[in-house]
Amino acid sequence: MPMQLNGALMMQAQPKMSDVKISITTGEFAVREALENLLEALRPLGLDVEEAGTIELVLAEAMNNIVEHAYPPGDIPGQISVACSRKPDGLRFCIVDTGRPMPNGETPIGLPVDLDVDFTDLPEGGFGWFLIKDLAKDVVYRRVDDANELTFRLALAG
Amino acid sequence: MELSSQQDGALQVVSVKSARIDAAVAIEFKDAMRQTTDSGSPTVILDLSHVEFIDSSGLGAIVASMKHMGQDRSLVLAGLTPTVDKVFRLTRMDSVFGVFPTLETALDAHAA
Repeated sequence: MPMQLNGALMMQAQPKMSDVKISITTGEFAVREALENLLEALRPLGLDVEEAGTIELVLAEAMNNIVEHAYPPGDIPGQISVACSRKPDGLRFCIVDTGRPMPNGETPIGLPVDLDVDFTDLPEGGFGWFLIKDLAKDVVYRRVDDANELTFRLALAG
Repeated sequence: MELSSQQDGALQVVSVKSARIDAAVAIEFKDAMRQTTDSGSPTVILDLSHVEFIDSSGLGAIVASMKHMGQDRSLVLAGLTPTVDKVFRLTRMDSVFGVFPTLETALDAHAA
Protein backbone atom coordinates (compact mmCIF):
# COMPACT_ATOMS: atom_id res chain seq x y z
CA MET A 1 0.00 0.00 0.00
CA PRO A 2 1.49 3.38 -0.91
CA MET A 3 2.39 5.58 1.99
CA GLN A 4 1.12 9.08 2.03
CA LEU A 5 2.24 11.65 4.51
CA ASN A 6 0.28 14.84 4.79
CA GLY A 7 3.19 16.42 6.52
CA ALA A 8 1.44 19.39 8.01
CA LEU A 9 4.18 19.96 10.51
CA MET A 10 3.57 23.21 12.25
CA MET A 11 6.24 24.81 14.35
CA GLN A 12 6.47 28.45 15.16
CA ALA A 13 9.63 30.20 16.19
CA GLN A 14 9.29 30.49 19.95
CA PRO A 15 11.95 29.99 22.54
CA LYS A 16 10.36 26.85 23.95
CA MET A 17 8.43 24.35 21.89
CA SER A 18 5.19 25.40 20.31
CA ASP A 19 2.39 22.97 19.72
CA VAL A 20 3.09 20.28 17.20
CA LYS A 21 0.46 18.73 15.02
CA ILE A 22 0.89 16.14 12.34
CA SER A 23 -1.55 14.20 10.27
CA ILE A 24 -1.02 10.99 8.32
CA THR A 25 -2.98 8.67 6.10
CA THR A 26 -2.53 5.09 7.24
CA GLY A 27 -0.23 2.96 5.13
CA GLU A 28 2.64 0.54 5.49
CA PHE A 29 5.31 2.98 6.63
CA ALA A 30 3.06 5.86 7.70
CA VAL A 31 3.52 5.29 11.42
CA ARG A 32 7.28 5.21 10.99
CA GLU A 33 7.29 8.52 9.14
CA ALA A 34 4.93 10.09 11.66
CA LEU A 35 7.27 9.10 14.50
CA GLU A 36 10.27 10.48 12.66
CA ASN A 37 8.53 13.82 12.07
CA LEU A 38 7.22 14.06 15.62
CA LEU A 39 10.60 13.37 17.19
CA GLU A 40 12.18 15.89 14.85
CA ALA A 41 9.61 18.47 15.96
CA LEU A 42 10.40 17.71 19.62
CA ARG A 43 14.12 18.14 19.08
CA PRO A 44 14.15 21.70 20.57
CA LEU A 45 13.33 20.13 23.93
CA GLY A 46 16.73 18.47 24.04
CA LEU A 47 15.30 15.11 25.07
CA ASP A 48 17.73 12.44 26.18
CA VAL A 49 17.76 8.97 24.61
CA GLU A 50 15.63 7.58 27.41
CA GLU A 51 12.89 10.21 27.07
CA ALA A 52 12.88 10.16 23.29
CA GLY A 53 12.66 6.36 23.36
CA THR A 54 9.69 6.43 25.73
CA ILE A 55 7.83 8.96 23.60
CA GLU A 56 8.53 7.02 20.42
CA LEU A 57 7.42 3.75 21.99
CA VAL A 58 4.12 5.03 23.41
CA LEU A 59 3.23 6.85 20.18
CA ALA A 60 4.18 3.81 18.09
CA GLU A 61 1.98 1.52 20.17
CA ALA A 62 -0.96 3.93 20.09
CA MET A 63 -0.72 4.44 16.32
CA ASN A 64 -0.10 0.76 15.56
CA ASN A 65 -3.29 -0.06 17.48
CA ILE A 66 -5.21 2.41 15.32
CA VAL A 67 -3.77 0.94 12.12
CA GLU A 68 -4.58 -2.57 13.29
CA HIS A 69 -7.99 -2.12 14.93
CA ALA A 70 -9.57 1.23 14.00
CA TYR A 71 -8.68 0.92 10.32
CA PRO A 72 -8.29 -2.85 10.04
CA PRO A 73 -7.09 -4.47 6.81
CA GLY A 74 -9.93 -4.32 4.31
CA ASP A 75 -11.23 -0.97 5.53
CA ILE A 76 -10.25 2.08 3.56
CA PRO A 77 -7.14 3.87 4.86
CA GLY A 78 -7.91 6.71 7.23
CA GLN A 79 -6.41 9.72 8.91
CA ILE A 80 -4.54 9.77 12.19
CA SER A 81 -3.69 13.12 13.72
CA VAL A 82 -1.29 13.59 16.59
CA ALA A 83 -1.11 16.82 18.57
CA CYS A 84 1.47 17.52 21.22
CA SER A 85 1.82 20.42 23.58
CA ARG A 86 4.36 21.19 26.26
CA LYS A 87 2.86 21.70 29.73
CA PRO A 88 4.50 22.15 33.13
CA ASP A 89 3.74 18.51 33.96
CA GLY A 90 5.18 17.10 30.74
CA LEU A 91 4.11 16.57 27.17
CA ARG A 92 0.41 16.17 26.51
CA PHE A 93 -0.60 14.18 23.47
CA CYS A 94 -3.92 13.86 21.72
CA ILE A 95 -4.31 11.24 19.00
CA VAL A 96 -7.46 11.29 16.88
CA ASP A 97 -8.73 8.90 14.22
CA THR A 98 -12.09 8.37 12.57
CA GLY A 99 -11.96 4.60 12.39
CA ARG A 100 -13.89 1.94 14.24
CA PRO A 101 -14.56 2.61 17.93
CA MET A 102 -12.84 0.78 20.77
CA PRO A 103 -14.88 -2.34 21.66
CA ASN A 104 -16.94 -1.62 24.80
CA GLY A 105 -16.03 2.05 24.57
CA GLU A 106 -12.84 1.68 26.54
CA THR A 107 -9.20 0.78 26.09
CA PRO A 108 -7.96 -2.67 27.12
CA ILE A 109 -6.77 -2.72 30.73
CA GLY A 110 -3.21 -3.41 29.65
CA LEU A 111 -2.20 -6.08 32.13
CA PRO A 112 1.34 -7.48 32.03
CA VAL A 113 1.54 -10.63 29.93
CA ASP A 114 1.54 -13.96 31.77
CA LEU A 115 4.97 -15.55 31.47
CA ASP A 116 4.22 -18.47 33.77
CA VAL A 117 3.22 -20.61 30.80
CA ASP A 118 4.57 -23.43 28.66
CA PHE A 119 7.21 -22.56 26.07
CA THR A 120 4.77 -22.94 23.19
CA ASP A 121 2.30 -20.58 24.87
CA LEU A 122 4.73 -17.70 25.38
CA PRO A 123 2.97 -14.51 24.29
CA GLU A 124 3.72 -13.02 20.87
CA GLY A 125 1.41 -10.07 21.40
CA GLY A 126 -0.67 -8.26 23.97
CA PHE A 127 2.21 -6.02 25.04
CA GLY A 128 0.99 -2.78 23.48
CA TRP A 129 -1.57 -1.45 25.96
CA PHE A 130 0.56 -2.58 28.86
CA LEU A 131 3.44 -0.47 27.55
CA ILE A 132 1.19 2.53 26.94
CA LYS A 133 -0.35 2.40 30.41
CA ASP A 134 2.93 1.67 32.11
CA LEU A 135 4.77 4.57 30.49
CA ALA A 136 2.06 7.22 30.03
CA LYS A 137 0.01 9.03 32.67
CA ASP A 138 -3.63 10.20 32.54
CA VAL A 139 -4.55 7.90 29.66
CA VAL A 140 -8.10 8.77 28.58
CA TYR A 141 -10.06 7.37 25.64
CA ARG A 142 -13.25 9.01 24.39
CA ARG A 143 -15.46 8.43 21.40
CA VAL A 144 -16.40 11.90 20.21
CA ASP A 145 -18.96 11.87 17.41
CA ASP A 146 -17.36 9.61 14.80
CA ALA A 147 -13.84 9.94 16.11
CA ASN A 148 -11.64 8.14 18.60
CA GLU A 149 -9.69 10.47 20.85
CA LEU A 150 -6.85 9.20 23.00
CA THR A 151 -5.12 11.62 25.32
CA PHE A 152 -2.21 11.00 27.65
CA ARG A 153 0.71 12.69 29.30
CA LEU A 154 4.38 11.82 29.31
CA ALA A 155 6.37 13.30 32.14
CA LEU A 156 9.81 14.67 31.31
CA ALA A 157 12.80 14.80 33.61
CA GLY A 158 14.11 18.39 33.93
CA MET B 1 15.05 -6.42 6.75
CA GLU B 2 18.68 -7.38 6.48
CA LEU B 3 20.15 -10.14 8.62
CA SER B 4 23.70 -11.35 8.45
CA SER B 5 24.68 -14.73 9.78
CA GLN B 6 27.99 -16.12 10.91
CA GLN B 7 28.83 -19.53 12.23
CA ASP B 8 31.24 -19.49 15.15
CA GLY B 9 31.86 -23.12 16.02
CA ALA B 10 28.59 -24.52 17.33
CA LEU B 11 27.28 -20.98 17.73
CA GLN B 12 25.41 -19.04 15.12
CA VAL B 13 25.50 -15.27 15.35
CA VAL B 14 22.71 -13.47 13.55
CA SER B 15 23.10 -9.70 13.28
CA VAL B 16 20.18 -7.44 12.49
CA LYS B 17 21.43 -4.74 10.15
CA SER B 18 18.25 -2.65 10.24
CA ALA B 19 17.71 0.15 12.77
CA ARG B 20 14.11 -0.81 13.51
CA ILE B 21 12.12 -3.96 14.17
CA ASP B 22 8.63 -2.48 14.16
CA ALA B 23 5.11 -3.26 12.96
CA ALA B 24 6.05 -2.40 9.37
CA VAL B 25 8.70 -5.14 9.17
CA ALA B 26 7.74 -7.62 11.92
CA ILE B 27 6.49 -10.31 9.53
CA GLU B 28 9.47 -9.84 7.24
CA PHE B 29 11.78 -10.17 10.24
CA LYS B 30 10.05 -13.34 11.39
CA ASP B 31 10.37 -14.91 7.91
CA ALA B 32 14.03 -13.89 7.60
CA MET B 33 14.80 -15.33 11.04
CA ARG B 34 13.03 -18.55 10.19
CA GLN B 35 15.16 -19.02 7.08
CA THR B 36 18.39 -17.99 8.74
CA THR B 37 18.03 -20.19 11.82
CA ASP B 38 16.84 -23.28 9.97
CA SER B 39 20.46 -24.44 9.73
CA GLY B 40 19.89 -25.84 13.21
CA SER B 41 22.61 -24.43 15.47
CA PRO B 42 21.72 -25.30 19.06
CA THR B 43 22.48 -21.73 20.17
CA VAL B 44 21.75 -18.64 18.14
CA ILE B 45 22.97 -15.25 19.37
CA LEU B 46 20.83 -12.44 17.99
CA ASP B 47 23.00 -9.33 17.78
CA LEU B 48 20.70 -6.33 18.23
CA SER B 49 23.41 -3.69 18.56
CA HIS B 50 22.34 -1.90 15.36
CA VAL B 51 18.68 -1.86 16.34
CA GLU B 52 17.65 1.45 17.86
CA PHE B 53 13.92 0.86 18.11
CA ILE B 54 11.60 -2.05 18.64
CA ASP B 55 7.86 -1.99 19.29
CA SER B 56 5.53 -4.68 20.62
CA SER B 57 5.16 -6.18 17.13
CA GLY B 58 8.93 -6.52 16.87
CA LEU B 59 9.08 -8.04 20.32
CA GLY B 60 6.39 -10.53 19.32
CA ALA B 61 8.38 -11.40 16.20
CA ILE B 62 11.48 -12.20 18.27
CA VAL B 63 9.41 -14.40 20.60
CA ALA B 64 7.91 -16.14 17.55
CA SER B 65 11.42 -16.72 16.18
CA MET B 66 12.47 -18.35 19.43
CA LYS B 67 9.36 -20.55 19.50
CA HIS B 68 9.98 -21.58 15.90
CA MET B 69 13.49 -22.74 16.82
CA GLY B 70 11.95 -24.98 19.43
CA GLN B 71 12.54 -25.61 23.09
CA ASP B 72 15.71 -27.67 22.58
CA ARG B 73 17.62 -24.76 21.06
CA SER B 74 18.24 -21.37 22.57
CA LEU B 75 17.97 -17.86 21.22
CA VAL B 76 20.19 -15.43 23.09
CA LEU B 77 19.97 -11.65 22.75
CA ALA B 78 23.02 -9.40 22.69
CA GLY B 79 23.81 -5.70 22.40
CA LEU B 80 20.48 -4.21 23.43
CA THR B 81 20.38 -0.43 22.91
CA PRO B 82 18.49 1.68 25.50
CA THR B 83 14.98 1.65 24.00
CA VAL B 84 15.19 -2.01 23.00
CA ASP B 85 16.38 -2.89 26.50
CA LYS B 86 13.47 -0.92 27.97
CA VAL B 87 10.89 -2.87 25.98
CA PHE B 88 12.32 -6.20 27.13
CA ARG B 89 12.60 -5.07 30.75
CA LEU B 90 9.13 -3.53 31.06
CA THR B 91 7.40 -6.54 29.54
CA ARG B 92 9.66 -8.85 31.59
CA MET B 93 10.50 -10.71 28.39
CA ASP B 94 14.15 -10.32 29.40
CA SER B 95 13.45 -13.21 31.78
CA VAL B 96 12.54 -15.48 28.86
CA PHE B 97 15.75 -14.94 26.88
CA GLY B 98 19.38 -14.92 27.86
CA VAL B 99 20.27 -11.23 27.54
CA PHE B 100 23.85 -9.94 27.23
CA PRO B 101 24.94 -6.29 27.06
CA THR B 102 27.32 -6.91 24.13
CA LEU B 103 28.03 -9.53 21.50
CA GLU B 104 31.44 -10.13 23.12
CA THR B 105 29.94 -10.99 26.52
CA ALA B 106 27.43 -13.29 24.85
CA LEU B 107 30.21 -15.05 22.93
CA ASP B 108 32.34 -15.38 26.09
CA ALA B 109 29.43 -16.87 28.01
CA HIS B 110 28.83 -19.46 25.29
CA ALA B 111 32.43 -20.29 24.52
CA ALA B 112 33.00 -24.03 24.62
